[in-house]
Amino acid sequence: MITTTHALGIVAAIALVSAALRFFPALVFRGRETPQSIIYLGDVLPYAIMGMLLVYCLKATPILEAPHGLPELIAVLVTVLLQLWRKNSLLSMVVGTAVYMVLIQLVF
Amino acid sequence: MSKREYFKYVFIKTIPVFTGYTVLGIGFGILLQKAGFGVGMAALMGITIFSGTMQYVGVDLLAGGASLVTSAIVTLMVNARYLFYGLATVEKYKDAGWRRPYMIFGLVDESYAIIVSDDGPEGEDPNKFWFYVTLFDQIYWIVGDMLGVLIGSALPFSTEGVEFIMTALFITIFVDQWRDNKEHIPAVLGVGVSVVCLLIFGPSNFLIPAMIVIAAALLFLKKPIEKRGKMPLKGGDPS
Repeated sequence: MITTTHALGIVAAIALVSAALRFFPALVFRGRETPQSIIYLGDVLPYAIMGMLLVYCLKATPILEAPHGLPELIAVLVTVLLQLWRKNSLLSMVVGTAVYMVLIQLVF
Repeated sequence: MSKREYFKYVFIKTIPVFTGYTVLGIGFGILLQKAGFGVGMAALMGITIFSGTMQYVGVDLLAGGASLVTSAIVTLMVNARYLFYGLATVEKYKDAGWRRPYMIFGLVDESYAIIVSDDGPEGEDPNKFWFYVTLFDQIYWIVGDMLGVLIGSALPFSTEGVEFIMTALFITIFVDQWRDNKEHIPAVLGVGVSVVCLLIFGPSNFLIPAMIVIAAALLFLKKPIEKRGKMPLKGGDPS
């Protein structure tokens, strides 16, 4: 468990950078042409970063030891297929998580 | 329109966000409680950060005792899309007056979707409507966050594995983005570079090199990607 000061520092860092990103265009680009590369990055970055976050979430999955990431694989597949089929994010999230919890608590 | 009618109108318009944020917020609160934090921390994060994705990642940063620099860089990359929303509302919010700073601070994907398509009740100032949409959405989010902590500490069964909700959230966004767009280079690049960096640098150090390589590679590929003509991309991020 980290210290309270450290925790508050992390929250402050996240809050300040988020706010800076939200205010930056209003403060800097008001009435001026926005640089093409900024528009381009704002467009493609969210897409790439979501892929990175997926890897980040699954980074600690033990592939070499039993159960070789099988619960993760099954739960990921269930979530993907459900999202493709029903297009309901909340449903996919809740069912995918429930499947994962059952798998690691009761099956593996 | 009386105040009561007005707020009722805003509430009805934001019911989809209300449902979504309650579930997402509860998920976040349960994770935060599991990481050893209380209702106060949930409220603080919901008020000051107000970003679903970054609060989920934030629980991980808190649990792992990440440095402030790492936290700041991760936020910069994860929330880069706010630059885009900021750009899109520079013109729109120009007459919002005293409400403007809060509307800029509180702009999330869900509010944005309502704001671009709806000017509120006839004969009323649209800025007032957009302001209350933003405020209502943040209140739903903060209440959901706090509720999650309380539920997390009271659940009668083991919450082992509940952290998968963060993975599931990102999967749903990723699948939606994949389905809505024809250009998949950024998505493939994001996953590919991250896996390679994970193998080289290990689970606790791969994030920053991965982000640098992703940003550099995307800038390097700007011309070829634009030439393919499958842009612009559409979002699909719940906050």
